[in-house]
Amino acid sequence: MDWPFLARTAGELLTGVPLTLQLTGIALCAGFVLAASVAALAHNRLAPLRWLARLYVGLFQGTPLLVQIFIIYYGFGQIEYLRSSFLWPFLAQAYWCAIIALSLNTSAYGAEIIRGAIAAVPRNEIEAAQAMGMSGFLLRRRIIWPQALRYGLANYGNEAILLLKATSLASVITLMDVTGIAYRLVSKTYRSEEIFTISGMIYLSLTFVIVGCVHMLERWLLPRNRV
Amino acid sequence: METTQPHIIPASAATTAPVITTRQLTKRYGALEVLRGIDLDAHEGEVISILGASGSGKSTFLRCLNLLEIPTSGSLTVLDENIRFRQQGNELRIADQKQVNRLRSQVGMVFQNFCLWSHKTVLQNVMEAPIHVQGRNRQEVRDEAQKALDRVGMLNRADYYPSQLSGGQQQRVAIARALVMQPRVLLFDEPTSALDPQLVGEVLKVMQDLAAEGRTMLIVTHEMAFARDVSSRIVFLEQGTVRAQGTPQALFQGGMDERFDQFVSHFMRKT
Repeated sequence: MDWPFLARTAGELLTGVPLTLQLTGIALCAGFVLAASVAALAHNRLAPLRWLARLYVGLFQGTPLLVQIFIIYYGFGQIEYLRSSFLWPFLAQAYWCAIIALSLNTSAYGAEIIRGAIAAVPRNEIEAAQAMGMSGFLLRRRIIWPQALRYGLANYGNEAILLLKATSLASVITLMDVTGIAYRLVSKTYRSEEIFTISGMIYLSLTFVIVGCVHMLERWLLPRNRV
Repeated sequence: METTQPHIIPASAATTAPVITTRQLTKRYGALEVLRGIDLDAHEGEVISILGASGSGKSTFLRCLNLLEIPTSGSLTVLDENIRFRQQGNELRIADQKQVNRLRSQVGMVFQNFCLWSHKTVLQNVMEAPIHVQGRNRQEVRDEAQKALDRVGMLNRADYYPSQLSGGQQQRVAIARALVMQPRVLLFDEPTSALDPQLVGEVLKVMQDLAAEGRTMLIVTHEMAFARDVSSRIVFLEQGTVRAQGTPQALFQGGMDERFDQFVSHFMRKT
């Protein structure tokens, strides 16, 4: 075992952790907002809007994230209109392209989780609330959303874990996250086994952190589960 | 085969104002006619048991009264307000959700499956609507909620979650939840049907007390003895129409309506 090399490698790989966490965190938040909007569309009274939501989900679930990243990073630059638009300062940077791709991708899965969680709220508990005079936003805020959270939180935690690992694909468009740094070190040293093992361990520990956070959230938001 | 006419006798001296009035209320699901024109006046202080075989439309009728089901046609007056509908295609829709919410908050409903909110404690369940629908003061509501829980014997479970309670206990909490809204009418939709036999008594006891203090109640039930002993009027539904109605004494002594007698004897045999 070449301990000094392993320590040095670990040290270098750890400098990629902030970027990995940034990509995960921002995409998770932006993705959630998008996901909630898409889920709302999926429940809309107007059929065309429901189809639009389904198309959106199908499109992003049905194509590889890698392809989505390439299209946004390389493909959009080919479009003259986009290059002269206000979006270009973002689309010209790999960082923002990765965040956009990751957000869009996770929002499609998130929308399905939210839709399922809302659908799982017992119909008769909603009726009980209606029978007491609740409707509209009050009904959602007091009864439906808190219940949906119970059903959706664990699934959304899983999605966060998948997203964390999906950020490693951002390395293909030059981002120096944990995986990006790992590639660079491998091309310098050709010691891929050790380097990827360590990077894998880093992702593993970050996953444990996310799992821990979700558990904490569950205990805080869902006191019922404590009993 | 069925040549007998339905027997309708006037309800017991209805001198008080009607709280709920329906005229020619119908409900149809596609080709299925569940209610075929029901006229009913429920007066202040009456305890009306709505009886009938399954499929007779009694639950649907009760659910129409607070608009959990929207009638297909007919008129409905609750607490002197005519419910406003608008026609959409072949169906009615609620025209004024605010009106419906306002009336619903004065009409208590107790369901077959209790329908407590599983993410809230017993006390939170009872306090929820008075605070957030009626906008009442939290401290005042807390006191009243505790009183309501006390009277149904559930104050010592105030911090439990519904899943930790027996069916009978959940139903008593549901009754407290309805009471704390200070409703003018209480609707009970088969409140004991989902309970183990040994838990039925505790719920009926609470309902009996409520009836005794003069509350206006409409009860869909299969508890024949309860209907006979506690209600002031029986309404017997068959195939979506009022087949017979009258005081329990008049109906249960038999001979008034052949179909009702069959229904009762069939029921007694089953249980």
